[in-house]
Amino acid sequence: MTKVYNNRAWWLILPMLLLVAFSAVIPVMTVVNYSVQDVFDAHTRFFTGTEWFREMLNDPALQAAVLRQFAFSLTVLAIEVPLGIGIALIMPKKGWQASAILILVTMPLLIPWNVVGSIWQIFTRGDIGLMGWSLRELGYGYNITSSPLDAWVTIILMDVWHWTPLIALLCFSGLRSIPDAYYQAARIDRASKWAVFRYIQLPKLTNVLVIGVLLRFMHSFMIYAEPFVLTGGGPGNSTTFLSQSLTTMAIGQQDLGPSAAFSLIYFLIILLVTWVFYTAIMNMQKDDNNQEA
Amino acid sequence: MDWMVWTTPTAVFFAVIAAMLVGMTAWEVVSPTVERKGFLPIATTRGDRLFIGLLSAAYIHLAVVGFTQLSIWLALGGSVIWLLILMRWG
Repeated sequence: MTKVYNNRAWWLILPMLLLVAFSAVIPVMTVVNYSVQDVFDAHTRFFTGTEWFREMLNDPALQAAVLRQFAFSLTVLAIEVPLGIGIALIMPKKGWQASAILILVTMPLLIPWNVVGSIWQIFTRGDIGLMGWSLRELGYGYNITSSPLDAWVTIILMDVWHWTPLIALLCFSGLRSIPDAYYQAARIDRASKWAVFRYIQLPKLTNVLVIGVLLRFMHSFMIYAEPFVLTGGGPGNSTTFLSQSLTTMAIGQQDLGPSAAFSLIYFLIILLVTWVFYTAIMNMQKDDNNQEA
Repeated sequence: MDWMVWTTPTAVFFAVIAAMLVGMTAWEVVSPTVERKGFLPIATTRGDRLFIGLLSAAYIHLAVVGFTQLSIWLALGGSVIWLLILMRWG
């Protein structure tokens, strides 16, 4: 019997398509239009062609911001993913402890970005902040407004504190969905804890980890409010990430043409990295399935 | 439409992209794509190859505009040839 596919349900996504066109496609088209012109007002504009793109690609400050951004995103991913998996593995699975820990772990995710920045700003102050004061009393001259290293470590610590729970929660739900039969089989084989993790838990976590890593990469690549509140991009430019450079250019200096060109480059970087990442992991899975079959 | 500050080149650009999407849809209806493995390291469908082609075209243009003195038409020509190679043998 041949199965008849009815594709009429596709019409149901039409309202969504219109909404996305209104909220994303048309604005992006406008950005593209701005990126090739020097727009003064509604009636005065000049065609500049590729000039803004050339300028942006050769701007040393922006090149540095791109490298800084990659360094930041890769660092937080390298810390948050293993840490999140670890936390998920030791979280209790049943009883009131499970609920209590779950609430405790979720807490940082509920706090708005700029509030997180403010919390850490106060937390790290040398005169009244618990962390800043303690480190100073211990003899370390901790100061995020003058030492780039301190600023960097603090921002990474802040991001880890804010977002590791996301990975932990995703992994926790992934772990809960593994049927008990797998563990029973492992016990019969007297598999070690490591073997259970490597051959049962980790493969079953791949799907949630893909989502987790993609979300964390995109989030961290677009990070704005937290470092802006905590360090304002300083000391110097040492913690100025891409969206802050962009905001300074677009809102602060009203350079709409160059910032449009820069946004498109920014967008292309995110698009490429997420696509490569997604494709790589999906193909890894496909290969695994082929081997099993 | 005035607030979108349209220019002829960007209008042509989006018209071509839209035409490509419509064309790919029509092609898919007439003869559905089959996933296959070409010179790319992964198995791809027709749509995958178009996406890879367009994304690499964007980077080719950025590289030519940003880091060489070559004409952008050269980047466009190169991208079209690359896209065709990719669609046929990718």
